[in-house]
Amino acid sequence: MTIEWYIVLSALLFSTGAIGILIRRSPMVILLCLELMLNAGNLALVAFSRMVGNGEGQVFAVIVMVVAACEVVVGLGLIVAIFRRRLPLNVDDLRELRG
Amino acid sequence: MEEVLFFLAALGALGGAVGVIAMRNPFYSVLALIVHLFSLAALFLLLTSAFVAAAQVVVYAGAVMVLYVFVVAYVGGGGESAWEPIPGQRLLAPLLGIALFVELSIAVLSSSLLALGTEGPDVKAGFGDPAAIGRLLLEKFLLPFEASSILLLLAAVGAIVLAARRREGEGDTPSEHSTIRSEGVSPSP
Repeated sequence: MTIEWYIVLSALLFSTGAIGILIRRSPMVILLCLELMLNAGNLALVAFSRMVGNGEGQVFAVIVMVVAACEVVVGLGLIVAIFRRRLPLNVDDLRELRG
Repeated sequence: MEEVLFFLAALGALGGAVGVIAMRNPFYSVLALIVHLFSLAALFLLLTSAFVAAAQVVVYAGAVMVLYVFVVAYVGGGGESAWEPIPGQRLLAPLLGIALFVELSIAVLSSSLLALGTEGPDVKAGFGDPAAIGRLLLEKFLLPFEASSILLLLAAVGAIVLAARRREGEGDTPSEHSTIRSEGVSPSP
């Protein structure tokens, strides 16, 4: 398979994640869609790394995984904190900070 | 053979992604994401990056998804309201997503990267295995490696601070709930 296929698949997965963020209202599903977008970026990084024949892009992908894990941990901590305060888990209702 | 594997893995990744955004129950969304992550690991193997594939399965599909499952089990599913803050948002969003896909494809495929149409150069046997990645991480990318470890530590501390149970009478008082509730917020499911 040529590299183009991987890149187009990565763009498709990224757009799917973006659609999910726009149409879903639950913060947990929005975090999952963020994961989709980060993974699409990872796929593009690894594909470009294979295209150049250089392992450095894979190191980027590993670092992106670390950042994604941090984002998940903090995001899920926020969701648990929101749930503890008995606020609605809905991004349209949680608009206190919007000004 | 490689084409067959690619299309199977691509179908799995795309099906998992669509499942994540289409499932009503967040628990099924998490399961669909696990399918997606395993398919992506297969794609990484096709791109001869064994270490990233292994890290994907062990760290992502293993550890991170267990965290998600725990939080979904704790918080519970609950339906989403059909109320749209922007009228027609659910129709508009897929159109914008398709536009984004077309834009990304045009941007990448019309670039002057001639190597895009190839399968990449022939690589040595050790390309992308743990030894090669470890050597790169500890020699060329030592500073990002250490910075990511500090980031992980900060995230762990931050999660404990955010999710820790507060002591009695410290911020989390009932009167606070009632003021927030009284502003027309729909009750939690």
